[in-house]
Amino acid sequence: MKTPVTLVTGFLGSGKTTLISALLRHPDLGETAVIVNELGEVGIDHHLLRRVDERTVLMPSGCLCCTLRGDLADELRDLLSRRDRGEIPEFKRVVVETTGLADPAPILFTLLSEPVVRHHYELDGLVATVDAVHGLRHEESVKQAAIADTLVVTKADAADAAELEHRLARLNPAAEIVEASFGDVEPARLLGRPQRDPRDIRIEDGHGHDGIAACTLFLDEQLDWAAFGIWLTMLLQSRGGDILRVKGLLDAGGSGPVLLNGVQHIVHPPVHLDAWPDDDRRSRLVFIGRGIDPHALRRSLAVFNRL
Amino acid sequence: MCGLCGVLLSDHWAEQDGGRRGRALRVALLNRVLDHFGLRLDDWSGSVYVLRDRKGASAVVADMGSLWFEAERLACRKLDPLDPKLLAALA
Repeated sequence: MKTPVTLVTGFLGSGKTTLISALLRHPDLGETAVIVNELGEVGIDHHLLRRVDERTVLMPSGCLCCTLRGDLADELRDLLSRRDRGEIPEFKRVVVETTGLADPAPILFTLLSEPVVRHHYELDGLVATVDAVHGLRHEESVKQAAIADTLVVTKADAADAAELEHRLARLNPAAEIVEASFGDVEPARLLGRPQRDPRDIRIEDGHGHDGIAACTLFLDEQLDWAAFGIWLTMLLQSRGGDILRVKGLLDAGGSGPVLLNGVQHIVHPPVHLDAWPDDDRRSRLVFIGRGIDPHALRRSLAVFNRL
Repeated sequence: MCGLCGVLLSDHWAEQDGGRRGRALRVALLNRVLDHFGLRLDDWSGSVYVLRDRKGASAVVADMGSLWFEAERLACRKLDPLDPKLLAALA
């Protein structure tokens, strides 16, 4: 069984370390290794804490999101070998805390592409902290919020979080939004693949933040999986910089739908679900990004689907 | 890993279904798109692909993850699936 890795992102001072410290105190999370890039003002008191210096290896494609985080790959491999040799305690989960400015995409790329890492670890979820007092202040925090699986609104005791949560829901309708004061969140809400069924997503077209907006495509006809793979890989190559997140529930002809999940160029292995949750078997694809024209996407996908 | 040549077989998300038959179908569909840009793709023993332009330049492509990067390099342009001219040619 692969060891789940949870990635915690968030802008400087948005409460990442407070959140992780509170989670680690929970009895269910005793066997957790933590990897951090920087030792912040709020120290994490934990027996399996490792610090790494961010080191990126640019891949031949020159694409910034498809960059290998060499430091993280080395550390994850080292944790495995030291666990096998009995030099460190058993751990059943890894939490990676990034720097406030870090781009999460290279970390996902590392987890999915580095040969040893991808066979022993799997991404459990991407958590982004957003501070209710300061909100989405910078481009990095908007991007982190746009691609997260779960958004934790921190310092919810100190400010009215309702307006921010409304904006976050429009920016990333695919994410679960959780409030936290002093890191007080039930771990089950953040860990253990908190995937939300894209059917539940409510979209308000045309809204967004810093030009980033979400749009949903509904498709009545069954998808030709080979043609869809060609279309999406081509689209992500040409517009991957603008498409921050893609998530879908797709009718590819099986008894159940295919769950698709991607961040920029990086697409997780699709998951074939056993059954549809209800009678509506229309495929749906959610795109979050800049300058996305849903009509152009729908037109293009329809043509490719009949190749 | 391919037992004959030692090349790592792809486990790219878009290539996980269909086996050899699926791979052949995928190459045929890809060539419908690539033809618009003066490119052609051939399967090389089920392990990698060879991408060629009409002037004889070629590139070995490991999987769908690097295909469009190499195709853009050989075609010297962005290959946009939303391009109306491409869609008109494919329709």
